[in-house]
Amino acid sequence: MNRLDQTFGRLNARGEKALITYIMAGDPSLQETEQLVLELERAGADVIELGVPFSDPIADGPVIQKAAERGLQSGTSLRRILESVRHLRVSTQIPIVLMAYYNNIHAFGEAEFCRIAADAGVDGLIVPDMPPDEAGPLRGPAGEAGLHLIFLLAPTSTASRRAYVAKESGGFVYYVSITGITGAKLQDVAGVRENVAKIRKHTKTPVAVGFGVATPEDAARVAQVADGVIVGSAIVRRVGEHGQDGRLVQEVGAFVRSLKEAMQPA
Amino acid sequence: MAIPDRHGRFGPYGGRYVPETLMPALLELEEVYERTRRDKGFQAELKHYLKEYVGRPTPLYFAQRLTKRLGGAKIYLKREDLCHTGAHKINNAIGQALLARRMKKPRLIAETGAGQHGVATATVAAMFGLECEIYMGTEDMQRQALNVFRMRLLGSTVTGVDAGSRTLKDAISEAMRDWTTNVRTTHYVLGSVLGAHPYPMMIRDFQSVIGREARKQILATEGRLPDCLIACVGGGSNAMGLFHAFVPDKKVRMVGVEAGGLGVESGKHAARFAGGRPGVLQGTMTYLLQDENGQVNLTHSVSAGLDYAAVGPEHSYYKETNRAQYTSVTDDEALEAFDLLAREEGIMPALESAHAIAEVVKCAPKMKKSQILIVNLSGRGDKDVQQVARIKGVTL
Repeated sequence: MNRLDQTFGRLNARGEKALITYIMAGDPSLQETEQLVLELERAGADVIELGVPFSDPIADGPVIQKAAERGLQSGTSLRRILESVRHLRVSTQIPIVLMAYYNNIHAFGEAEFCRIAADAGVDGLIVPDMPPDEAGPLRGPAGEAGLHLIFLLAPTSTASRRAYVAKESGGFVYYVSITGITGAKLQDVAGVRENVAKIRKHTKTPVAVGFGVATPEDAARVAQVADGVIVGSAIVRRVGEHGQDGRLVQEVGAFVRSLKEAMQPA
Repeated sequence: MAIPDRHGRFGPYGGRYVPETLMPALLELEEVYERTRRDKGFQAELKHYLKEYVGRPTPLYFAQRLTKRLGGAKIYLKREDLCHTGAHKINNAIGQALLARRMKKPRLIAETGAGQHGVATATVAAMFGLECEIYMGTEDMQRQALNVFRMRLLGSTVTGVDAGSRTLKDAISEAMRDWTTNVRTTHYVLGSVLGAHPYPMMIRDFQSVIGREARKQILATEGRLPDCLIACVGGGSNAMGLFHAFVPDKKVRMVGVEAGGLGVESGKHAARFAGGRPGVLQGTMTYLLQDENGQVNLTHSVSAGLDYAAVGPEHSYYKETNRAQYTSVTDDEALEAFDLLAREEGIMPALESAHAIAEVVKCAPKMKKSQILIVNLSGRGDKDVQQVARIKGVTL
């Protein structure tokens, strides 16, 4: 069974919500990424989302763009990220999802990538510039390898898009809480609640909410309306601030602990 | 079979690779465009503005002295440089602004490389009373300072983009981010036959007036079709505009000219067909300059409008099916062609269009005197005068 399904199943049975934490692979180095993944797990993260640095990340705001630049500067490639995941699997069974732009996967070769990624211990893929309409070349290989393809829905999504995307998405449905790019401000939790409810009508797959969740207070509010809370830019910003000062792991760990604490059921 | 298909595919190229937030807007645009293109009222309105505001039809001018100098094929220039704002870009900007009005979107955004598309969009925004913001790489803002000032005079906001190579590619990414954030109130006026469906098709359609006119004009003047068409290819909208009406005329050769920069072997160029392979950038599957990991390469060209890592997907399709040939000329060859056209014909071409002229210099002498060649003079060179002076070491 896919680790994502196990984790959501276990949390659901306990009435808890998943904390999904995003960091950019290779920022500041892949070795530190591995240390960070283990710390994120100790701090209470339930799922790890690893960003794959891309030269032209159209869905990302400035914080993650800069992290991608740092990742590329440290020589990070998809192939090396998969080696890191394989190495991490010696010490952890936490679900790992890669967030990669399509061209990096296309250059690798869809079938070979899915096979190697699953074998290394990856559980799911988020490809922000590949809606399910264009997922043809990935669907077969991902299914065969047991990788979930996680698709996104947005506040702009129409009823027919919601029905289509919710059915196509595996592992969880990624609901983008704001009309915008990563790192923007969360505005309207009531709207998020309403949209998550609409998505749930089409699928039993858990719904996680991301883009704009920046503080423990945001995380607490979103946890009340969704199955999972995705925090990216707020963590990545701290990686950027502490990447060179020796307090990286400690600072990121403390922040993630504060998120997890805020999400505990009362 | 008509291309693209209903998924926006030109063979394997094209498609719609965008964040989900934009999908509804693209589907709406596709639907509105499909409906509107068949609407007689819309076509009449478009025709009105193209005639009365842009100044169409543009002349098809026989370049007598250039023809004599090169000693081969008869050379005709399609004078898109005489359009209002000085380039073909306004054909598309008018069309999209009319669509934006129909979709009741009060704000336009656009990217620009050389500044010509930015100026065209700023111009139509002023004419229609729409709010307008233009994204431009800071490297290009420096190369094209005059156009930056023109856009501001027209009442638009020009926002510099200081990421990546600080050129056209980065301006497009930033415009896509703006559109993702403000999609409910904003129409993204993409400037070339790039991006996600329906943009490559829609922009081709708006630009195809160039080839329809040229075809009619050459038949009226020469009584026959040309042997060869030549146009520069950045994203490829002026080339697609000229080519499209001739695609069924199998005997008409079509040549697209990419920016060879310092030479393809130097690695500092924007010749996607010579140095790239298929990949996905900014919404579309197409030929792309990239490394083995799929990271997009930095490009170089003296011409900001050709300095881009990908090419319109329909061009990739014509390349693969051999309907068009693609070649490249270097910065130096383009600069020589700039001088040549100025001195022989009294016309200063945009540095983009100078690439097409440079290819004419190579291929006209090899053709018979009875043969006919049409080159798209897509823009005028006034915007490049300062840069040319700088390259020549002249202080103005």
